[in-house]
Amino acid sequence: MLAHSIFFYTFSFIAIVSAIMLTVSKNTVHSVFFLILDFISISCLFIMIGAEFLGMMMLIVYVGAVAVLFLFVVMMLNVAEQKNEWFVSTESSSHIPVGLLIGLIIFFELIIVIGGWKFKPDLVTSMSLSINQVSTNTHSIGSVIYTDYIHVFQLSGMILLVAMIGAIILTFRQRSGIKRQSYFGQISREKSDAVQLVEVESNKGVDVDD
Amino acid sequence: MPEYFSIIFLETYKILFLLVPVLVSVALIVWLDRRIWAFVQKRRGPNVVGPFGLFQSLADALKYVFKEIIVPASSNKAIFVLAPIVTMTLALIAWAVIPFSETLVLSNINVGILYLFAVSSLGVYGIIMGGWASNSKYPFLGAIRSAAQMISYEISIGVIIINVLLCVGSLNLNDIVLAQKKVWFIIPLFPMFVIFFISALAETNRPPFDLPEAEAELVSGYQTEYSGMMYAMFWLGEYANILLMCAMGSILFLGGWLAPIEIFPFNLIPSALWLVLKILFLFILFALVKAIVPRYRYDQLMKLGWKIFLPLSLTWVVLTASYLFYFNLLPVI
Repeated sequence: MLAHSIFFYTFSFIAIVSAIMLTVSKNTVHSVFFLILDFISISCLFIMIGAEFLGMMMLIVYVGAVAVLFLFVVMMLNVAEQKNEWFVSTESSSHIPVGLLIGLIIFFELIIVIGGWKFKPDLVTSMSLSINQVSTNTHSIGSVIYTDYIHVFQLSGMILLVAMIGAIILTFRQRSGIKRQSYFGQISREKSDAVQLVEVESNKGVDVDD
Repeated sequence: MPEYFSIIFLETYKILFLLVPVLVSVALIVWLDRRIWAFVQKRRGPNVVGPFGLFQSLADALKYVFKEIIVPASSNKAIFVLAPIVTMTLALIAWAVIPFSETLVLSNINVGILYLFAVSSLGVYGIIMGGWASNSKYPFLGAIRSAAQMISYEISIGVIIINVLLCVGSLNLNDIVLAQKKVWFIIPLFPMFVIFFISALAETNRPPFDLPEAEAELVSGYQTEYSGMMYAMFWLGEYANILLMCAMGSILFLGGWLAPIEIFPFNLIPSALWLVLKILFLFILFALVKAIVPRYRYDQLMKLGWKIFLPLSLTWVVLTASYLFYFNLLPVI
């Protein structure tokens, strides 16, 4: 059990410290890297309580895709300078009370959600659970998600689809004057419609149409 | 307490026995890559250092070790130093789950293929960190290109993995290999193998998809500001990643450590050697592609990833699922 507690406290320490550093650090890119560290340590904790599938999904979805997009936005927009201006400016900021209010609301929401949560009894007492080798995580999640919760699952998929289409429509613009490459057109070109032999008269030239 | 120490020592030995051969084979594979490249172009390639030039990579590595590490003054020092370490570490930790035989595997986890996929999708961070921390235009452009490219091709690799998983019914790499006892998945899923191979080229930034380091446009992309051992670490990580993708391809499609036919002369060869042979075969294909295909344009690359590979592999998922469902072949637990 000693090794388990060492691992548990290491990962949770890293998670908490990086969560604090995420909000405290002044360089926004550093913040995103701390966010990534936080995600990774949380997924390690998931694996420790035997939820290997969730841990890996956390890595693939959040660290592998979502955080990369965050990083992109932050690197491109140069938010760091703007944020520094907020910190340095002497006039009292109006962001703080609003932020506190939203933070409080989220905090109470979390308490309400966790209060009604049903834990496995051995989850609360132990720091780690062994991974079940007989019926794996993936099988059990699949057997629940595709039977009892199929409507909720499909609905969340539809919401994601709507969000995706919305994002595409918002950013889509049709530009004119772009040459598009047509592979089919290129390959199906024959010698007869590409090369033309013209008898050029002296001092006349040829009309070339493009 | 002592039993913990013995466990730690045992695991360390196991890890060393895995990682040292991987690193040595990375050095050899760099030599092989250059050699094949040269043979295709009717040159000699590296042939001076050692027999057939085998020690060329060793000599190169020695040279890199003795070169000065230059950290640009305007760079973000911590992240600049961290980037090659991240690339190298991620390229090496993925080998923990690769099965060399039914028992010869460092960690036989239930979600092996997801772990491989996750680690290969994390590989983009080393490149973004390196490109951003250099605080210079070419590395940054290279890093952005690379990130976009790797994310696009990862999606089609993920969908291809789903294809294989539909036929296997387990995420464990050993189960995936054992499911191919009758027929390797390359035969029923051949189009997926082709797409996987091309996506693997793009995922590891190999030619013809080496836009992140296109020397004609971006000097050498995200590695421009790196020198000495840090550059060598990027380089090692890249080739270790290529080997990893080859290993992934041979496990998913070429039957991993299984012999082609279970008859007399073939089953004498140890299974680990079969996996190595398959990895080598795929790597030779990688090297040949490098030698004979010209570089893609960036918009063509994106079009190939999003408009051709993604729809094709998604359609194939539907096809595989319908086939398995109709003929009642779906794997049951």
